[in-house]
Amino acid sequence: MDVKLEQLIKKRKRINQINHWLFFAGTSVGIITLAILIYSILSKGLGWFDWQFLTSFPSRFAEKAGIKSALWGSIWLIALTAPISFILGVGTAIYLEEYAKKNWFSKLIQININNLAGVPSIVFGILGLTLFVRGIGFGRSLIAGALTMSLLILPIIVVSAQEAIRAIPETIRNASYALGSTRWQTIRNIVLPAAFPSILTGTILALSRAIGETAPLIMIGALTFVAFTPKSIFDSFTVLPIQIFNWTSRPQEEFQYVAAAGIMVLLIVLLTMNSIAIYLRNKFQRRF
Amino acid sequence: MSLPDKPFSLKGKRQPLGDLIVPKLLFFAALISIFTTVGIVLTLLLETINFFRVVPFFEFLTDTKWTPLFKPQHFGILPLLSGTLLVTIGASIVALPIGLASAIYLSEYAPDRARRIIKPILEVLAGVPTIVYGYFALTFVTPVIRIFLPDTGIFNALSASIVVGIMIIPMVSSLSEDAMGSVPKSLRDGAYALGATRFEVALKVVLPAALSGIVASFVLALSRAIGETMIVTIAAGATPKLTANPLESIQTMTAYIVQVSLGDTPYGSIEYLTIFAVGMTLFVITLLMNIIAQWITRRFKEEYK
Repeated sequence: MDVKLEQLIKKRKRINQINHWLFFAGTSVGIITLAILIYSILSKGLGWFDWQFLTSFPSRFAEKAGIKSALWGSIWLIALTAPISFILGVGTAIYLEEYAKKNWFSKLIQININNLAGVPSIVFGILGLTLFVRGIGFGRSLIAGALTMSLLILPIIVVSAQEAIRAIPETIRNASYALGSTRWQTIRNIVLPAAFPSILTGTILALSRAIGETAPLIMIGALTFVAFTPKSIFDSFTVLPIQIFNWTSRPQEEFQYVAAAGIMVLLIVLLTMNSIAIYLRNKFQRRF
Repeated sequence: MSLPDKPFSLKGKRQPLGDLIVPKLLFFAALISIFTTVGIVLTLLLETINFFRVVPFFEFLTDTKWTPLFKPQHFGILPLLSGTLLVTIGASIVALPIGLASAIYLSEYAPDRARRIIKPILEVLAGVPTIVYGYFALTFVTPVIRIFLPDTGIFNALSASIVVGIMIIPMVSSLSEDAMGSVPKSLRDGAYALGATRFEVALKVVLPAALSGIVASFVLALSRAIGETMIVTIAAGATPKLTANPLESIQTMTAYIVQVSLGDTPYGSIEYLTIFAVGMTLFVITLLMNIIAQWITRRFKEEYK
């Protein structure tokens, strides 16, 4: 072969090889960062992470500080947010996929949901403060926080539930109609059960986003120092991310370690939820 | 789906209760999202109008000082805008090349096994709460920066930018990879048949074909960076100033809103109204960017059949 041509081909192959490594290096940046992040949190937090930490209230003294009120606050918040956002989100998705006619109004709802998904979370905090805390008069309570969080994650749940419903093929709906079922009977007995695992997966992922959110709850005034566990939905509260934020912004160095221990609790909660979501997805995944 | 409204005739029969009530209930659920948007716009708009009754609109846009919380009060949004811009530019320098590189690697180079391992890891990265990223910026990234640049402040824009950038990498890479994934295989095979290398296929065939999706992913990721709150609150400080020096402490729009809501600003005062004016600015900017991103995807979408 021509020597020049051979050199050209070699050069092009070399460029390809170099870029292969560059692209791989780019990909590994994210992975390496995640590893460093986890290592730096474990190395700081492990020494402070014990039973006493889980069962104590916050304290001005780092050795005595614990996460009990924040953990309970987060559990309360999710227990309230989950049903509200699930019912509204799945309801919206069923309406858009099964009932809505293709007109300007259903298009408007769809565009609106896509835009809401891109609104910064702190803006939802401003809405929650004006509407729920001051407007309706719930005050800085669990229910105000849960309603704010529900609106925040609503778009995520709607979109994932829509995808789940859309994945159910038309043929099984028609089979149900052919047997004489009405539209709602078909949705209730055929479509929803088939789509349920995917809907549940999407909802759990959205809820895990709500557990990690801080800014909107700071806006509506979840407290940073709470030495009790909430008794009712009208009680004031704190949550894990806000407790961590509070410890992070203290000048004493020991509180950085306490914050790291708090982050460990938060990440354990999130990883558990994500594993459940992935487990559900794999267990119930079906191809039609 | 083109089913008739009633799949079969119910003449002479009473319609089951579910088929009467349920559609109305579901319609109401769908209305909630519209109410949310209306609520956001009304809330922001009404209080912003009250704000501009006291502060002239022109002063808000041109004054170079932002000091609503102490005397003499200045209400110029520019320092907060420049702080936000500084962090956003810094984050895009980190996230756009790295995100795009991983998208190209995952879509064009990676063997199936590598993809199956890497994608879930990127998903975990996307699921890390921003409060954790903020802690990471303050306790790890800033000390590392200070080893190399000892003059850097404890709170600085650089550390926040880097970490915001890392936060949006998964978004850039997964949306861009989706765009590249929808480029048909036949186009690639054509180029391979002509003797192109993988890099040439990626650069000259796949990237141009997926460009609109990639640009849209960039715009969406930047919009996310503008609205990000906890990382900048923790790591960038609370010093609103007009500066392009990333080693200094700055303040972003979102961090300012958090600062006010943590303090004890009296309800209804002009200081209290500032969060609505700033919130409105933030909302308008991110809304515009989201609309642009959707417009790009729709307008420049390549249709392959």
